[in-house]
Amino acid sequence: MATKMKIKKSKGGGYQALVLAKHPMETGLRKDKKTGEKIPRHFIKTMQFLLNGKVVAQANISQAVSKNPLIGVSLGDARPGDKVSVSWVDNKGGTGSAEKTIK
Amino acid sequence: MKRRTLLKGAAASVSLLAAAVAGLLAPVRLLAADWPQTAFDSENVAAAIKDYFGDAPISDSDQVSIKAPLQAENGAVVPIKVTTSLANVESVAILVEKNPRPFVASLDVMPGASGALFSTRVKMGQTSQVFGLVKAGGKVHRVSQVVKVTVGGCGG
Repeated sequence: MATKMKIKKSKGGGYQALVLAKHPMETGLRKDKKTGEKIPRHFIKTMQFLLNGKVVAQANISQAVSKNPLIGVSLGDARPGDKVSVSWVDNKGGTGSAEKTIK
Repeated sequence: MKRRTLLKGAAASVSLLAAAVAGLLAPVRLLAADWPQTAFDSENVAAAIKDYFGDAPISDSDQVSIKAPLQAENGAVVPIKVTTSLANVESVAILVEKNPRPFVASLDVMPGASGALFSTRVKMGQTSQVFGLVKAGGKVHRVSQVVKVTVGGCGG
C-alpha cells in the first residue's frame, strides 16, 4: 500500500514529517451493505519514525483514526541532509514505508 | 553409522532454521507489545489515561494547545493537532471522550525527536470533548476542546 511522506519546516524551527498512508482503517463496527456481515477490524497499529536509521518516535494508533491516516510528527534534531524514514505495521501484519532526505 | 550422522546434521539444520525464524519474528512481537493495548481497549477516559501515563500528576496547562475544528461537518475525518512548548516531551496522547473507545492515538517520543507536534485525523461518533495530553518531566499536561459533530463517523 502506498505511503507518502512530506518534510515540512515547522513554524518554531526544526522539521516535521507528514505521512499519508493508504489504508482502509476498518473499525470492526461497519457492516457490509450487501451481505449484512460485519467487516473485521483492520487498522494500522504502530508507525515508527526514524532519523538516520535511529527510531526517534513511535505513533500508536487505533481504529478510531480516519481512513488513509495523515500523521504529523515533529523531528527535533533533524538537519538538511538527514535521512528520515517511516514504517508502519497493521493488525494483520501488513506493512508500509517511505523514505526522504531533508533538503 | 553414516545414516546417523546424516540424521544428526538434518536435525541441527532444522533447529538452526527455527532459530532464524524466531529471530526474524522477535522484532514484530516487540512492536506489538509496545502498542498500549489496555489503554486502547478501555471504555473510560480516566482509566485509559491512567493506563497510558501511569500515576503521573495531571494538570490543565497553557503550555499545551489543541487545534481542532469547533464544528466538524464529517465525523469520519476530524483533524486534530496537539502542540506544546514544553521541553523533554516523553509522550503525547489524543482522546475523544464520547467514542466507544476514547483512546485514539498516542506518540512515544525518544531522544532525537521533540514531540512538539503530533497531528492526526480521527473518527468521531458524536459531539464530544477532545483531550490532548502531553507528558513532560514526569508531569502530564492536559488541554481539551469540544468538537461538535453533525454526521457521525463510526460506521453502523
